[in-house]
Amino acid sequence: MTDPMPQTPLNALQEPEITQPARSQWRDVWDQFKHHKGALMGGGFLIFITLAVLFGDLIWQIDPKKLDIRNKDVRPIYTAIWESDAKVSWANPLGTDNLGRDQLAQVLAGGRASMAVGWAAMILTMLIGTTIGVLAGFFRRLDGPLMRFTDLVLSLPILPLLLVAVTLFRQPLRANFGPEMGMFILIVGVIGVTSWMQAARIVRGDILALKEREFVLAARAAGTTSRGIIFRHLLPNVLSPLMVSATLGLATAIITESALSFLGVGFPSDFPTWGKMLADAVPRMQEYPERVMLPGMMISLTVLSVNYLGDGLRDALDPRIRGR
Amino acid sequence: MLTFSIRRLVLSVPTLLFIALVIFLLLQLAPGDPMAQVPLTVPPEVKQKMREALGLGQPIHVQFWKWLVQMFWIEPQVFIDWLTNKSALFGWLPDTDLYTACGGAVEGPCDLRVISWQTRSPVMDIVVQRLPQTLWVVGMAYVVGILIAIPIGIYSAYRQYSVFDQAGTFITMIGFSIPPFFTGPLLIVIFSVQLGWFPFIYDTTHVVEDWDSFVFQLRQMLMPVMVLALQTTAQISRFMRASMLDNLNQDYVRTARAKGLSEAVVVMIHVLRNSMIPVVTVIALGVPAIFGGAIITEVVFSVNGIGQLLITALFANDLPMVMTITFMFAVLIVFFNLIADILYGLLDPRIRYD
Repeated sequence: MTDPMPQTPLNALQEPEITQPARSQWRDVWDQFKHHKGALMGGGFLIFITLAVLFGDLIWQIDPKKLDIRNKDVRPIYTAIWESDAKVSWANPLGTDNLGRDQLAQVLAGGRASMAVGWAAMILTMLIGTTIGVLAGFFRRLDGPLMRFTDLVLSLPILPLLLVAVTLFRQPLRANFGPEMGMFILIVGVIGVTSWMQAARIVRGDILALKEREFVLAARAAGTTSRGIIFRHLLPNVLSPLMVSATLGLATAIITESALSFLGVGFPSDFPTWGKMLADAVPRMQEYPERVMLPGMMISLTVLSVNYLGDGLRDALDPRIRGR
Repeated sequence: MLTFSIRRLVLSVPTLLFIALVIFLLLQLAPGDPMAQVPLTVPPEVKQKMREALGLGQPIHVQFWKWLVQMFWIEPQVFIDWLTNKSALFGWLPDTDLYTACGGAVEGPCDLRVISWQTRSPVMDIVVQRLPQTLWVVGMAYVVGILIAIPIGIYSAYRQYSVFDQAGTFITMIGFSIPPFFTGPLLIVIFSVQLGWFPFIYDTTHVVEDWDSFVFQLRQMLMPVMVLALQTTAQISRFMRASMLDNLNQDYVRTARAKGLSEAVVVMIHVLRNSMIPVVTVIALGVPAIFGGAIITEVVFSVNGIGQLLITALFANDLPMVMTITFMFAVLIVFFNLIADILYGLLDPRIRYD
């Protein structure tokens, strides 16, 4: 005996009235993201810094490598507030270093190098991590070997190996690609090769869970190839954890590059990066503490803003927290 | 649990062999020449002889095998000899003589140790000389960091979203973001240059014999320890907070409160003991990382520890030294991963590995 039919069967089929316009996922994410003040400020500062290092030299047109011995050791302009006879000039608002190179121009050029290394290394890290994670998660046969390999790489001592690699392979790459490009490739390469493990683990875990879901089964039943499933159905779904992991990767890459430059194994000596400026300023920080502060603050603020951005993204992309 | 520990211990042997091989191949591929500093007037065939004297003429697998033998067979012999002959702990044992040093007077087979190319003395001797400085600074920093981090983590979780919690979050964020090569110079500028409170070069020849020299030792250790401790504190207080938050909402906490236990007992005994389980493993996992991070701090404060030894060896193309120190870092990582896994199983009865 079946249940009695509802009185007006067609009512159940009618569309319920739409009270709100449809909202996309990214709109929700943005709404949640807006509430995280630190993340907003971090994102804003990151955009500002990126624009400044990209287009700053159009506005501030002094060549960062130009030596001006006559105007060396100029203090920043604000020193004049408490020290009226300090050597300051409006031509170099942030002062010059011991060779007379303009500090503002150097910070802009150094930031360009540091940010370029950070972004490139982060993208490389994500590419390697995603590839290995997807392969391990999707193809059962590759899972064991790839994850054992990840574990092995995780137990490598990263900073000593980075130092070893950069010191030992400097010469051939410089000879082949020129001093700056060779170093760029080397640093981006070694950072990428040594920091993909977290991303790979995260992606593998998500893929393992996702590939058992019905929509993947449906896609397979519809005749989609493995390649199509990975690119059209799985990758868009692991995007959010990847973005959080990418912000962490960017922060780590910037710090690692600066650390290498600080230890004197980074870019050639006339090529400014933030870490290099900091390292050059340390021997004379007794007289000119501002030269340590300036690049140090730039590194710290950039990394801080990236970290806050990651924090906000993590909250915004987590559907369990969203809407609260 | 025991079988698990033994299995992991056995498995760590191939892991370490693989890591040693990776480091070795990386160093082999490197184009650096240890003869680069030798004057150009030395004829090439003499240079070739010198290279062979360093053991560079042999094929790669022979070199790797010899390094393994030196590291795992000869160096332990030297160590056992030292233990039974000179050390206070085992000096009462009959003196052993396992290691035969090579030299002019020695007839027959003799044992070669891992020799540094810079100083022509055994690498392990130099490492043993440098180790106390690193251990003092790094170990002290880690202990200080943990001691600061755990109360901060507990209190910010207990008063979640309070002013203290917000400030703690901000400070840990800063601790994550400011690299040690900036905090180091920053502290030096403020406390050594402007205020003149602390010396900014770590004097490793300083011997503690009375109260004044002890105070001096404390003063010179304070800044490097603080720089390293900031990183530790940031990480561990975050973990502690998250772990406390997980536990504070559990049913057993409500039960404990309903039984009429005081708040102090509930938080400090019931919740804290359960929250410490993941934190202890994180603490164990962080030990090798802080050794790596100490490289930069040692350079900033001129502490002549292991990290500084590695840097100078790298710049001097001293491959046996680089190989040995890097491998020791790897041993630390593998060892503390093992410790963390075992601790996790021991502390949390829900975790069963078998």
